[in-house]
Amino acid sequence: MNSPDQGAAAPERHRTIKAVPVRHPGRWAGAVVIAVLAAMLLHALIFNPAFQWDVVGKYLFDSGIVHGLGVTLELTALSMVMGVVGGIVLAVMRLSPNPLLAGTAWCYIWVFRGTPVLVQLVFWNFLGALWPKLSLGIPFGPSFWSESTNSLIPVFTAALLGLGLNEAAYMAEIVRGGIQSVDEGQSEAAHALGMSRFQTMRRIILPQAMRVIIPPTGNETISMLKTTSLVSVIALEELFRAGQNIYSRNFQTVPLLITVSLWYLFLTSVLTIGQYYIERYYARGTTRTLPPTPLQRIRSFFRGSPLPPAPPTVVSGSPHSGPGGGPS
Amino acid sequence: MTDLEKPRTSGRPMVMAEGVRKSYGTVEVLKGIDLEVKQGEVFCLIGPSGSGKSTFLRCINHLEKINGGLLSVDGELVGYRMKGGKLHELKDREVALQRRDIGMVFQRFNLFPHMTALENVIEAPVQVKKESRADAKERAMALLERVGLADKAGNYPTQLSGGQQQRVAIARALAMKPKLMLFDEPTSALDPELVGDVLDVMRGLAEEGMTMIVVTHEMGFAREVGDALVFMDGGVVVESGHPRDVLTDPRHERTRAFLSKVL
Repeated sequence: MNSPDQGAAAPERHRTIKAVPVRHPGRWAGAVVIAVLAAMLLHALIFNPAFQWDVVGKYLFDSGIVHGLGVTLELTALSMVMGVVGGIVLAVMRLSPNPLLAGTAWCYIWVFRGTPVLVQLVFWNFLGALWPKLSLGIPFGPSFWSESTNSLIPVFTAALLGLGLNEAAYMAEIVRGGIQSVDEGQSEAAHALGMSRFQTMRRIILPQAMRVIIPPTGNETISMLKTTSLVSVIALEELFRAGQNIYSRNFQTVPLLITVSLWYLFLTSVLTIGQYYIERYYARGTTRTLPPTPLQRIRSFFRGSPLPPAPPTVVSGSPHSGPGGGPS
Repeated sequence: MTDLEKPRTSGRPMVMAEGVRKSYGTVEVLKGIDLEVKQGEVFCLIGPSGSGKSTFLRCINHLEKINGGLLSVDGELVGYRMKGGKLHELKDREVALQRRDIGMVFQRFNLFPHMTALENVIEAPVQVKKESRADAKERAMALLERVGLADKAGNYPTQLSGGQQQRVAIARALAMKPKLMLFDEPTSALDPELVGDVLDVMRGLAEEGMTMIVVTHEMGFAREVGDALVFMDGGVVVESGHPRDVLTDPRHERTRAFLSKVL
């Protein structure tokens, strides 16, 4: 074998680098420790009879659980729609030069973000006890139309109001951050063209704010999916309540909590994957090269180092052009 | 209007400023500006940074609100209405109406990055003037042709060079058929070899008789194209006159000191 550092300086310059990568022995040692711990944990989970995995499996597709799952999904989707639409309206109001609008939005956010969502849910559910009838009419004067509060706000509506109005307050802050991230020159350019404040917001600012708003909205959706379980306190039969109903009859509390948790974990996993790709999509133009997706990373790991096939540059008289012996 | 025999300026004042003052908090950046820009004139504003020239330009289309004096465009007060001997602030809608006729080109281009060059140009005609998309598109293509970018109509701003972006920005302003164009250091953010294309477009506009107020550091452009020039420093007009005279034979010491640094 020729010694590579002897003479042949010019060919050496043109060769593709094949260096010995930095070794990480600590990682391998750590991986072994983690693997042992994981095996211990799995063993403890699977072979502990208290978990009753057969019961977990039996109720996984129980009709009550599946129905509750549907309610949870519906509630999550509708609350998020309410939250996003309400959040945009509140954020625009809050940034308005009109002190009435800005003040109203500020108060709304203050109240709805400042009190627990659980309390708000119970409040909406008990609205009928506070005001048995809701009516439309002249303020402090006669009313033209009235309806009992409980028939106007059934339990699903109460849940939706509780979650959606609370979410709107949080989304308002996310949207506000997005709007403020857009360069001031953009609204100046729009105003200089004679566009109104509303046109500028709708056509110029909001579309650009979206790249900042959408990723945290995915986070909020994942959070909302789990927050819907709070609705069980007002007896709306969503996923968690469906599980409670079953274990209150057969006393299999732990297995049913696991059943329910597995569903939540499955749904948040699906949403997490969705969020990952949405964030990647909106990162275009801000990062020059996108990081590889987990799938791409796994593929390149099994294929070895992901070197692009470089065109061979043959330098005359180089005795060392073949693939060098593997470094030990 | 391109007839070279005809005098370029009609003598009718397009912009009138009398004792215009502007302050941010306690800092006064404009300390009483008096000047007159005639219709068809190319009016250049020069001066060191912080002299208030850009601020003054932004007052003309009410991006900045003035604190004192009078400022009018084509005989109409900017941002205010005189009624019963008192100034009344205009509503946002009325200010927007005034801005339609005043085009502005920014140092940092400020193109809308989520729209193609063509969409940038048709945005205001369609949204503000309610022109039909087809008509706006046709005119926009003609404007892009004129700034030499017809082949870039479908490109997004990030796919264009600085000079190309600035020329799209000029086309975007022209799409509103303005009677006055404001240029805020339009070539300051450009690589030197891209400056020429933008100045060529501006020169073409001047030849067609567009009234232009140009804040610039391009003394060559000011000397060649400008009809009037004002040197500002510390929020006041130090010296004004024909660009040839001011640039070659400045009367004031401060003008001389500034020019010796930039020429």
